[in-house]
Amino acid sequence: MAGNIARLLLLTVSALTFVPVDAADDEFAESLAALNTRSFDDKAAVAEAIAASAHPRSMLVLEALLEGDLYRERRGEERIVLAEAIDGGYRVSEAATGEALGETGRRGVRKITVNNQLRRHLRGLIAGMRLDDPDPVERVAAAEAIAEADDASLGELLRAHRGVEQDASVVAAIDAALVVFDLDAESAETRLAAIGAASEMLDPRVRRKLTALAENKSEPADIRSAATNALTDIEQRAARFETIETIFFGISLGSILVLAAIGLSITFGVMGVINMAHGELIMLGAYTTYVVQTAMVALWGDMGLETSLFVAIPAAFLVAGLVGVAIERGVIRYLYGRPLETLLATFGVSLILQQAVRSIFSPLNRAVATPDWMSGSWQVAQGLSITYNRLYTLIFAGLVFAALLAVLTRTRLGLEVRATMQNRPMAQAMGIRTARVDALTFGLGAGIAGVAGVALSQLTNVGPNLGQGYIVDSFMVVVFGGVGNLWGTLVAGLSLGVANKFLEPVTGAVVAKIVVLVFIILFIQKRPKGLFPQRGRAAEA
Amino acid sequence: MRRLFESDPGGKVLLAVLAALTVLVPLANLAVPDDSPLHLSTYAVTLIGKYLCFAMLAMALDLIWGYCGILSLGHGAFFALGGYAMGMYLMRQIGDRGVYGHPELPDFMVFLNWQELPWYWLGFDQFWFAMLMVMAVPGLLAFVFGWLAFRSRVSGVYLSIMTQALTYALMLAFFRNEMGFGGNNGLTDFKDILGMNLQSDGVRAGLFVASAAALAGTYLLCRFIVGSKLGRVATAVRDSQDRVRFIGYRVERFQVWMFVVSAVLAGIAGALYVPQVGIINPSEFHPLSSIELVVWVALGGRGTLYGAALGAVVVNYAKTVLTGAMPEVWLFALGALFVAVTLALPAGLVGLVKRFASTRGESGIRDGRLQGSPLRVARRLLGK
Repeated sequence: MAGNIARLLLLTVSALTFVPVDAADDEFAESLAALNTRSFDDKAAVAEAIAASAHPRSMLVLEALLEGDLYRERRGEERIVLAEAIDGGYRVSEAATGEALGETGRRGVRKITVNNQLRRHLRGLIAGMRLDDPDPVERVAAAEAIAEADDASLGELLRAHRGVEQDASVVAAIDAALVVFDLDAESAETRLAAIGAASEMLDPRVRRKLTALAENKSEPADIRSAATNALTDIEQRAARFETIETIFFGISLGSILVLAAIGLSITFGVMGVINMAHGELIMLGAYTTYVVQTAMVALWGDMGLETSLFVAIPAAFLVAGLVGVAIERGVIRYLYGRPLETLLATFGVSLILQQAVRSIFSPLNRAVATPDWMSGSWQVAQGLSITYNRLYTLIFAGLVFAALLAVLTRTRLGLEVRATMQNRPMAQAMGIRTARVDALTFGLGAGIAGVAGVALSQLTNVGPNLGQGYIVDSFMVVVFGGVGNLWGTLVAGLSLGVANKFLEPVTGAVVAKIVVLVFIILFIQKRPKGLFPQRGRAAEA
Repeated sequence: MRRLFESDPGGKVLLAVLAALTVLVPLANLAVPDDSPLHLSTYAVTLIGKYLCFAMLAMALDLIWGYCGILSLGHGAFFALGGYAMGMYLMRQIGDRGVYGHPELPDFMVFLNWQELPWYWLGFDQFWFAMLMVMAVPGLLAFVFGWLAFRSRVSGVYLSIMTQALTYALMLAFFRNEMGFGGNNGLTDFKDILGMNLQSDGVRAGLFVASAAALAGTYLLCRFIVGSKLGRVATAVRDSQDRVRFIGYRVERFQVWMFVVSAVLAGIAGALYVPQVGIINPSEFHPLSSIELVVWVALGGRGTLYGAALGAVVVNYAKTVLTGAMPEVWLFALGALFVAVTLALPAGLVGLVKRFASTRGESGIRDGRLQGSPLRVARRLLGK
């Protein structure tokens, strides 16, 4: 959507600027014609004029000139043309307009020659034009290309552009490129200063240059030791960022675990019901997201895609919640106090739900699109970036947790839930309809599972087996944290996520998972009630 | 022995059926000519043999669930471990007849560029050693796990979830190629057992007879354990763990003992299963298979042993028929079975038969024993 608007604006602007289209084109064609000269100095001047003209084809023409693809007709109007070598001649098109002029023989056109000095000049002009591109990503690429080309003459251009640049990422790229140049500077002082600046940078080109400096025997000793120090600094910084990144990935994984487990923490922890269909409720949430998104995209196109998640969250809560209430009313209420039987019955429900989804939506995975505002990443610092979908999932998990905590501690329903959990006959005596509370509590837990499904649909494939992968993990989180304790679930989920991510580089993903599982199994033997056991009379029930 | 069968009509039926199968099935397969309607194909023999292995596994689970109150959701792990031990022996029997023709290494190790056999594969070329491992590996795992769990009084739902995590972790581990158990593909392409061709009808029939005999042996052993003093204490632990502890019994010892026996029996079932189906792979560790196993026992009627065998055969026969005819329906049927059995048939098929029997005048309580929770017994006694 945003892209469309921008394109529309661009069209309007270009239409306004180029109202006298013919005049601008004529001028451009005239300056092109001036390339028909033998003097390289004159050609350089013409090239500058072309670059300054801001004509849409100027970049194309300059690049063609640099590559040696620009020719002049030998006969007739002696127009400047772009030529592409074919068998026995060239296919030519007019340089100024792009109009095809058919084919010509080998002797029909003559190349417009360039020398090395002119080439360097052209490269600078092209890079300068790319630095003026409206898209910051293009500008970063331009600065990187300049650094890669290692052409010190372009340094001035970069320095000039840095003064007017607004975008931080482009400034960082330009700084890195400038440092690369300065590390080659004539004066030792400039090099030393550049080394000082370089120690802050994670750019691989800067590191390469520094390594070369540190190993270059002809360099003065102070520069070499400064370069070595800077390299150590950079490596430490990189290691620090890596740690931060691992922690973030861990917390992000943990937040997913918390999201998946928190609904279970209610049904299992508060009600003592083993709900093996919990994973399938998550799956239902993910499929609800898919349905909502498909419908909204069909109705409103891109706009629907961008906003679909906000509709999907309450929809998934309702769908999963209602299915949860149905499960409670239909199956679980006959099985209170018989946890093992509940486990079997809800497992049966989970099989039915899985097969139902498989029959309705096919066994194949469904693609849930990521809206624009969730894709991309946030550049925290050079060498450290955080993807938006993980960041938003983390925030979302926090919000869901807070909301659930608020419901349980600050609302009438929460009060009734806790009362029923602690002493059912007494709660009944006080006039609480415990059967209704049971159904609502289970629906709440199920609804949260559905909401977790919305988040998961953005991170993994949406398929009938989506829930199965999370059921063991969710139970582990709840048991590890201590049954019936929301804070325990939070701490357990986050710490398991972080532990997993720290183990992964050492052992590989699968072994990390196994290690964590075995750790929990052993931990539960040591402390059967989890990290934060419930105390008091409720614990004995 | 006689005392064992007093008031055990179900057991008598089971043993009689097994004896009949042992005689009739190989006869119908080997002696009856191919074109006769009474002929039983080798496929059918293998299929029934497979059911018998499942029945044995179900019985092993019933021993701890029905008589000790331990619901293991990871019993498939012991079954698979026994199967892998057997599979390793069968792999070593292939010798140099593999695709790569290596004299010692199984194909998948050659494929992974391994140079020599890992230490834990040593000895598996000997049948006796493999059979020892079939029992020792599941037994040892059950002992370590059970000792840790029961000593710290992890029981009920927690234990179920822990066992599920155990089998899940094992599944993840066995899926890895680096483990040296064939990774994703598992162990397959078996050729011989004890020097005899595994594909021949005679060996198939022999395996069938071995399975039937093992099932009968399992039943007798379990019946013996359950009737012994140990079994009676275990049943008391099932009904009220704390009370037994206060009386002065070391509850965890009884639990560990029962758990280990059950795991060993499951391992033997796995070892008989693998040569008949010709493959063992990590999917046997999947928590789903272990939970499915629980519903066999629940459907048959837990706490009866023969009910578990009945449930295993019924569910697996339904699975064979349904997955062949209407694969879409199978999971619906299995799911509905889970719900229906827990809601409507808490005592399983055996309970249903017993209820019919008792309405015809016989007492539902025999011998002072009745299946089900004490609460239900009390209700029944009070006439509610």
